[in-house]
Amino acid sequence: MSAERPLLIIVPAYNEEGAIGEVVREAREALPGTPVLVIDDCSADGTITAASAAGARVLALPHHLGLGGCVQAGYKLAYELGYDYVIRVDGDGQHDPYDIPRVYERLRQSGCEMVIGSRFVEQNGGRASLLRSFGIRFFRMVLRPILGRPVHDPTSGFVGVNRSALEVFSRSFPLEYPEIEALVVLQRKAFRFEEVPCKMRARRAGRSSITAVRSLYYIVHVLLGVFINVLKYDRRARRSRRPKP
Amino acid sequence: MERLLNVMTVTSVLLIALVLASVRRAHIRVEYSVSWLIAAGALLVLSRAHPLLDLTARYLGITYAPLALLLIIGCVFLVMFFRFSVIISKLRDDNIALAQRVAILEYHIQTLRENR
Repeated sequence: MSAERPLLIIVPAYNEEGAIGEVVREAREALPGTPVLVIDDCSADGTITAASAAGARVLALPHHLGLGGCVQAGYKLAYELGYDYVIRVDGDGQHDPYDIPRVYERLRQSGCEMVIGSRFVEQNGGRASLLRSFGIRFFRMVLRPILGRPVHDPTSGFVGVNRSALEVFSRSFPLEYPEIEALVVLQRKAFRFEEVPCKMRARRAGRSSITAVRSLYYIVHVLLGVFINVLKYDRRARRSRRPKP
Repeated sequence: MERLLNVMTVTSVLLIALVLASVRRAHIRVEYSVSWLIAAGALLVLSRAHPLLDLTARYLGITYAPLALLLIIGCVFLVMFFRFSVIISKLRDDNIALAQRVAILEYHIQTLRENR
C-alpha cells in the first residue's frame, strides 16, 4: 500500500477562503499527481468549497480544534492511508508550494524523520515582524541545548515528515502551538531533522491572528510545553538508538 | 465569631441542598457531586462542632478559630479546582480525538461513495 502512496501534501486551513484555492493549485502544479488534502478547521467561510474547486480532497473537522488538532487529524488520516511522507504547508499562502519538491527530495535522500522549510538557512526568506523575529531568536536559544544542534527556523509550519514521525505524531502531537514542541517530541524519540531553504511570502488574504498579548501567551505556553516534553524525555529510547562504538 | 459560623452553617446546608437538587435533575453526575458533598459536609461539621474547630485551629497555630475554617475551605476548594482541571483536560483530549475520528470516518464514507 505504501509503495503506491509516497507523498501527501496537507494544508491546515481556517477561514482561508481567499487564499486556499491558489495554495492548492500551486501545490498541485509543483508536484503533479500528488494528492493535496485540505484540513478544514470548521471554517465559517467558503474554505471547503474553494479547496474542493481547486482540486483538493477535504477533511472537514466537525468543530474548531486549533492548529495542532487540525494538523494531527491530517497526520492520522495520512498514516491510516499508508502514506510514506507528508508535507504540510499553511493555507494562508505564506509558504511557497514550489518549494515542496525540495523538501520532499531532502526527506527521501537524507532519511531523516523531519525536514523543515526554513526562511533563515540561507537568509532567502521574507522578513518576519519584529516581535516574531524576537520570538524566533529566543526559541533558537532555548532549543539549542535541548536539541543539541542549532535550528534556524523553529516556528516554521512548512514541514515534511516521514512515516516514522507520522506514526509518532498521529499518536501524540502538541495541540495548540505545535511547531516548536513537535521538535522536542522528535528529539525525545531520538529522531533527526534537517532544514532546507525556503521562501516566505506575504499572506494572500485574511489577517494574522497573532497579537501582542497572544504572542506573550504563545511564548509562555510553548516554553511550558517544551519544559514538560523535556521532563518526559525518554533516555532509554535515546540510549538504545545511539550507535554502538 | 458565632455569627460567622452560623453563616457558614447556612452556606453549607444550602450547598448540600443545591448539589442534591442538581444531581436529582441530572445537571451534575453523581461522581462529580461527591467532592462537593464531602466539602459541604466538612464545612457543616466544623462550623457546628466548636471543640473540633478549636482543636483544628490550635493544631494549625491559628488563634481565631473561624480563620482556620476559612483556610480549610480554601484548601479543599483548591484541591477540587485542580481535580476539575484534570477532568476538563481529559474531556478536551477525548473531544479532540473524537472530532478527528468523526472527520476521518466521514472522509472514508465520502471516498467509498465516490468509488461506488
